[in-house]
Amino acid sequence: MHVALWGTRGSLGSPGAETTHYGGNTSCVEARGTEGTVLVLDAGTGIRRLGVALPRSLRRVDILLTHLHMDHIQGLGFFAPLYNPEVEVHIWGPASTTLNLRNRLMRYLSPPLFPVRLRELPCHLVLHEVPCGDFDIGEFRISSMLIGHPGPTVGYRITTSRATLAYMPDHEPALGVQQFPLSREWTSGYAVAAGVDLLIHDAQYSSEEYPSYIGWGHSSLVHALAFATLAEVKQFVPFHHDPAHTDEDLDRLIAEAAAVARPAFSITPGVEGAVFDLGSGG
Amino acid sequence: MPMSQKEIEVILTRQLASSLAMPIFIVDPQGTLIFYNEPAEMILGLRFDETGEMPVAEWATVFTPIDQAGSPLPPDVLPLTIALREHRPAHGDFYIRGLDLVLRHIEVTAFPLIGQADRDLGAVALFWEVNT
Repeated sequence: MHVALWGTRGSLGSPGAETTHYGGNTSCVEARGTEGTVLVLDAGTGIRRLGVALPRSLRRVDILLTHLHMDHIQGLGFFAPLYNPEVEVHIWGPASTTLNLRNRLMRYLSPPLFPVRLRELPCHLVLHEVPCGDFDIGEFRISSMLIGHPGPTVGYRITTSRATLAYMPDHEPALGVQQFPLSREWTSGYAVAAGVDLLIHDAQYSSEEYPSYIGWGHSSLVHALAFATLAEVKQFVPFHHDPAHTDEDLDRLIAEAAAVARPAFSITPGVEGAVFDLGSGG
Repeated sequence: MPMSQKEIEVILTRQLASSLAMPIFIVDPQGTLIFYNEPAEMILGLRFDETGEMPVAEWATVFTPIDQAGSPLPPDVLPLTIALREHRPAHGDFYIRGLDLVLRHIEVTAFPLIGQADRDLGAVALFWEVNT
């Protein structure tokens, strides 16, 4: 499984000289299978460049939305395959308790927020609501589960015969927990992340910042590391960086947290443009 | 998914209960008591960390619910049982004698836990001790 990070920033696109290393685009990750199946995890601003980079011969692409906050769908209208009538685009995402996925997406993909309406997109568009149990897309088996973040939000567990990826860019498993983490059974998202080869997880705040943002739906880096430890992952990518954190800040925060936690797994900072090849080691 | 994990709505309900000062019980759709908070431990006389989850047959015997006349109340009429069975809120006023043998006059409000996509996740009961 080839995994590429096209946008790693949280909350708001943050281009600038101080974010050139980690990147300023919001959440978007590509997972590509050995048979050529392409999954796009979230449609933040990073999806625009991904859309341009996809092979012109591609006839199907699946976009898996974790939730519909703006930083996870803002790039959707700029994803080139949506305007290609020869491409089948499947969008998977959560409904709310009162609106289905189509109506929720139409709130963004319609005037005055966007000039093109969802129904006007030239591609062959198919919408699917999650969570819906396990499902298969090409060589991928995908599980989704509601996790702790304001509004309906899912984490995705993506498995091939050789590797497993977990993607939870917005997740606050420590919410309301006095001593995090609790047991596995009582920890949000545990089943999504358990034992995966690569966990891409929210690490928006420093420990000093987190108390000011409790309930906003994000993790401190220390909480994210504790979660990854509980889940016994093999590799961890801190993701969804706060817009106010510069490259220098992130280098320091990740180094400090890793030095304290000394986890058994490897930590690879979530840098825009980073790629991972999972399950290729035989 | 490879491992068992509570649904997020249930996890968040526990976290809310852990932060509140009134006794709260959470049961799953089968009636198993899956969590009670510290104020509820005072009524039960048992600590959740010690007991863990309790099947309905077990926790129902811990209390001795009785009406004002002193007659035992069958489980079917208890608010938590009604909320679980009929998927509607229920309220009751009765007496219980916990493991500490103290007779308490309590009011109980119970409501079903219905998650996203109308998933039946169990029920919650809030106990209020009536000061007489």
